[in-house]
Amino acid sequence: MPELLYQVLLWSALAVGLGSLLLGLLGKVPGNVTAIGQAVLELGLLALLVTSIVLVAGGKSAATSTVEFFAYLVGALIIPVAAVFWSLLERSRWSTVVLGVSGLAIVVMVVRMHQIWTGSYL
Amino acid sequence: MAKNTPDQPKLGPGRVLIAVYGVFAIAATVRAGFQIATAFSASPVNYSLSALSGLVYILATISLARTGKTWHKIAWGTLIFELTGVLLVGTFSLFFPAATVKQTSVWSYFGMYYLFIPLILPILGLNWLRKQGRDQ
Repeated sequence: MPELLYQVLLWSALAVGLGSLLLGLLGKVPGNVTAIGQAVLELGLLALLVTSIVLVAGGKSAATSTVEFFAYLVGALIIPVAAVFWSLLERSRWSTVVLGVSGLAIVVMVVRMHQIWTGSYL
Repeated sequence: MAKNTPDQPKLGPGRVLIAVYGVFAIAATVRAGFQIATAFSASPVNYSLSALSGLVYILATISLARTGKTWHKIAWGTLIFELTGVLLVGTFSLFFPAATVKQTSVWSYFGMYYLFIPLILPILGLNWLRKQGRDQ
């Protein structure tokens, strides 16, 4: 995956994750800011999806397992959507914390995808 | 816009617990499934352990989200199972480490390769269940 896209995704997910976590612990309910945060992550992941499909179509593949890479990517795409839906059920500070968890989960998955793609594999 | 339907209790911080459990349960199960499907012979015991724990994590997630005495008991059971598992396998792996990192299980080294989530989560969950039990 392109190094720039990886870095952008990684740090924005970390920012959104920690930001929402902090807002939640401060007692803020989910609102426009947190929703936009999740939307940014989702867009970033979609960009990664498109980029990866283009790369694979052009003959590139993950160093370790392309199938595993896309499995993680599909999983990651679901997380912000599910988190936002869930936050609509109960508009409390804990729902905001869940949005934080979503961001941090994306961090983990992005790191994992990078490992799988570049072959620095655990 | 807030809706707290009668059959959905206000979970409070439990909501976060269930969210983390849910994400982790799915991730662990899918990963274990993948390992079993592609390289089972490399580490059959560990991959099977991971798959089993993944399924139990899913059950734990569901039982934490539900109300009622039976689900409460199931939640207790699954969490104790998970905690026992990670402590036993974690200790075992210290004396009998896997040959490569790839061959480790979710519970190896107390869940170290999963950010110690397998260790911390059941502890937090059991604590939350204890409080739930008291309030009812």
